Amino acid sequence: MDATLTGNQAASAMAAARKPTGRLSDPLFVGVLWTSGIFVLILLGLIIAMLFEGGLPALQEFGISFLWSTTWNPVTEKFGAGVMVFGTIFSAVIAVVIALPLSFGIAFFLTEIAPGPLRRPIGVAIQLLAAIPSIIYGMWGFFVIVPLMAAYVQPPLIELLGPLPVIGALFQGPPLGAGMLTAGLIMAIMILPFITAMFVEVLESVPPMIKESAYGVGATTYEVYRNVSVPYGRTAMVGAVMLGLGRALGETMAVTFVIGNATRMSASLFAPGSTIASTIANEFPEAGPGSLKLQSLLELGFILFVISFIVLALSRLLVRSKLKG
Amino acid sequence: MSSLARRRATDYTVKVISVAFAALALLLLAWILWTLVVRGLPAIGPHVFTRMTLPPGAGGGLLNAIVGSLIQIGIALAIGTPIGLMCGTFLAEHGKNTQIGNAVRFVNDVLLSAPSILIGLFVYQLLVMPFGGFSGWAGAAALAVIIIPVVVRTTEDMLNLVPIGLREAAFALGAPQWKVVTLITWRAARAGIVTGVLLAIARAAGETAPLLFTSLGNNGWSLDMNAPMASLPIAIYQYAASPFEDWVALAWAGALLITVGVLTLNILSRLVLAKMK
Repeated sequence: MDATLTGNQAASAMAAARKPTGRLSDPLFVGVLWTSGIFVLILLGLIIAMLFEGGLPALQEFGISFLWSTTWNPVTEKFGAGVMVFGTIFSAVIAVVIALPLSFGIAFFLTEIAPGPLRRPIGVAIQLLAAIPSIIYGMWGFFVIVPLMAAYVQPPLIELLGPLPVIGALFQGPPLGAGMLTAGLIMAIMILPFITAMFVEVLESVPPMIKESAYGVGATTYEVYRNVSVPYGRTAMVGAVMLGLGRALGETMAVTFVIGNATRMSASLFAPGSTIASTIANEFPEAGPGSLKLQSLLELGFILFVISFIVLALSRLLVRSKLKG
Repeated sequence: MSSLARRRATDYTVKVISVAFAALALLLLAWILWTLVVRGLPAIGPHVFTRMTLPPGAGGGLLNAIVGSLIQIGIALAIGTPIGLMCGTFLAEHGKNTQIGNAVRFVNDVLLSAPSILIGLFVYQLLVMPFGGFSGWAGAAALAVIIIPVVVRTTEDMLNLVPIGLREAAFALGAPQWKVVTLITWRAARAGIVTGVLLAIARAAGETAPLLFTSLGNNGWSLDMNAPMASLPIAIYQYAASPFEDWVALAWAGALLITVGVLTLNILSRLVLAKMK
């Protein structure tokens, strides 16, 4: 790349000895390109500004404690984001905790174990999980997974682990099927392809030389994976997990179907809860224009944007630093 | 057990677990598709495509929702594709190692993964509140915001695959930049750019959250872009959560239609991509 001209430099070289054909149309064309580029910047700026402005009245009304207050009462018009922020982070973390080992295993399978001709079709099939629309996951979760959880998964877990000290708190309450764990489970399936795809990309960028030297001293396939490939791509892999987390934080339709939509806070995995996104989707129809509730929902949206922006930005920094460097 | 035997056993165990995990992922995909086919296929009939959404028990279909979705996606494409194409070209031709290029690329990546419900809220604030109500335009605008980052990303990637020598040859002949880009670079990357648009359609077709507060949904027949407009994902959302059996069946029919469409588009675009590389 360094030895050749980029389009940019070639263009300026051309400018010196330009033929009449491009005198007017070229600046126009370049102008359009630049405008579209800047448009995307403005778009993000506008999104932030609109959500901030829309939610500002709620922040002024309830003060900074809106961020952690656990009251959400439409009747008395007292609103706080605490329960939703907790639910958003709790369910997204569950999703990542479930998806992470699966992604590690599948990436190992796709890069080291699967026979050559099978790699692509299996990889593509797993990527198709990411293409299925979120509302389909919602329906599948609601009609298929929730009843299964309620009948077969939750009762034995509650019986077995519920009485234990400390971790027993995670397994309390009636087996409703819908709840934090179910939401996390569905989201885990949804973010799995994203994490796996980036894992595979990172692992394939490991120089064969260093892997072969490990094989040369007698390491097994798993030992090379664990002690050479994964440490080599660690930074980018953390970035991949952050991307999965970022996706889970903002997931709406699938969660709305299976989380139970309760505005109470509970440490139990089985308790129904709500996330910021599910609350916005659920309560928006009952919020009239200009109402305090609508402003609170917009403020919730702004909080979600800030959280996912931080996570996504961090993810991108980590991924790019490795893949580029 | 000797240390070597133990290491071999660990290696074997991890391999078995990895194969099991991959099988599990494939199984989940099959399970979801199976559920859709089993519940959706019996509900699909001519009435789905020929009738409007009607009250429960009246034997309604999804015609207005399908048409509404097509219209909104079509307009979103008309808005989003040129902007995405131009922005992707900007990144590939002018934004290689520049600060502004890096900033645009960063922002585009954030938009690509940003919660889609927030895009709905944003368009609500921008177009619904000030202009007096939910509208097909607002829905199309929200979908355009979904489409743009997808097109930007694939366009840039595909243009980067075009050999620099091709551009240099054209410049050396004295072609102005707009001709080099439109006649040489775009043409060389055409298949890849089309792929990006296909992926964008697939993404927009399944999006529900951005439409909730923009085009809202409509149970009647309406082609008026200034009025609330029906769409397939919103109809599915309403029907799936309803207590009426025939509505739930219609929701499954719609879900099957969307999934088949989206997966077909995805597989198609992957085939095109595989051919290019």
